Amino acid sequence: MSWRPTIFVLAAAFVAVFLEASLGFFRNLLGAQIDVLPALMVYAALTLGFTTIVLLALCGGLWFDSLSLNPLGASVLPLLLIGLLIFQSRDLLMREHLFAQVILGVAAGAAQPLATLFILLNAGVRPLLGWVSFWPWLVMAAGSGVVTPVCFKLLDRLRRALEYQPVTQSSFRPDREIKRGRS
Amino acid sequence: MLKKSHYIILIFVVLLVLVLLQLRGGIMGKLKLAISGLFLPLFGLSNSTHQWLGEAKETLVPRRELLRQIDQLRLDNQQLQLRLAQDTQLWNENSRLRGEVGWQRQTRWRVILARVIARDPANWWRSLEIDRGLRDGLGTNLAVLTADGGLVGRLQNVGQTRSQVIVLGDPNLRVSAVVDGPASGETGIIAANASAAQEEGMVDLDLLSGASNVRPGQSVVTWGAGGVFPPGIPIGKIVDTRSKEYGLSTEARVKLAANLSALQEVWVMLP
Repeated sequence: MSWRPTIFVLAAAFVAVFLEASLGFFRNLLGAQIDVLPALMVYAALTLGFTTIVLLALCGGLWFDSLSLNPLGASVLPLLLIGLLIFQSRDLLMREHLFAQVILGVAAGAAQPLATLFILLNAGVRPLLGWVSFWPWLVMAAGSGVVTPVCFKLLDRLRRALEYQPVTQSSFRPDREIKRGRS
Repeated sequence: MLKKSHYIILIFVVLLVLVLLQLRGGIMGKLKLAISGLFLPLFGLSNSTHQWLGEAKETLVPRRELLRQIDQLRLDNQQLQLRLAQDTQLWNENSRLRGEVGWQRQTRWRVILARVIARDPANWWRSLEIDRGLRDGLGTNLAVLTADGGLVGRLQNVGQTRSQVIVLGDPNLRVSAVVDGPASGETGIIAANASAAQEEGMVDLDLLSGASNVRPGQSVVTWGAGGVFPPGIPIGKIVDTRSKEYGLSTEARVKLAANLSALQEVWVMLP
């Protein structure tokens, strides 16, 4: 198994968490920050293996929580759950289809904050929550739906550029060679 | 599709998360600062890029404009020097009178400038990170202000070179406040409210008395009860009020003096 795709995904998660913390563009424009980790998890679950899913959930969740007031580890289990659910049924999902990518991105982006809030409330923490929190939730779900196909495109391209490609088989077969003329 | 080894890894991860979720206070703060320390090279890079862009912008400003700005700054400086001299006189007079009445003397604020390097990526918290820490003499619970003296919040976790600030509007930050103005003295608690937080720079002033006579436009400053914030730090102005619990108490919406979404630099009040 090549570790390169796993390293690409983890590096993308690291940069994504940094940008979410340091750039306020979407926060100022839409009133909520978009989270890229669910989109990356959809990519990892449909493309890569179990180890990548666990590493992405663990590292991505801890990086996110370290820059937030979330208790450490609150984002890990929701990401892991999303990754495993998609991983279990990935044979049934059409990875290459844009529509499938968007729907999975929206579902992951909607489920992740809900699951995190469930953990926070059960851990005895009181986040800023009310009926108006519906808007940030919508922004996160829609944002994740938009970001997921972009993640697929960029990371697939990066993989193709940096990985060894399988040698293509020639269609030439000596037993099917057409012999011309009289023998 | 999952193998036996996968289940073992999953159980390990779940147990690790449960242990982490049980951590509280100082240990969790230190662990968070240690993990977020991995981002330091990126924060440094972002800082350098900002500086470089600033310098590049400065080189594009024409000489005439620079000279005009210098003249303006000289003028401002002279006016501020005059005001400082006047304030020093008033300060001395105040200290003398306080001494005569037997009141506790006020201490001057000692502040240190810090740059905002990150904001909370989660939408349900209000916090930010600054580039000052223990090395600069900071400690937990110190007050954080804007350049014009408006309250921003208080320090939550303090590392060697960075600190996490809880900002006004976060559920973890409650500030005792007093409504400023003649014959007011109404006290209450500044608390977060999800509906108020959605509007830019709004918080609730809760637990005012039912017979409160606070009016829109009145200033709200820190009261000083609780010992975290010194009294007299401006918080904001009252926008409107409404009666709560069948008239037993009053709640006011307060527009914050500090524009928290555009903060680039803050001042931390040293002990």
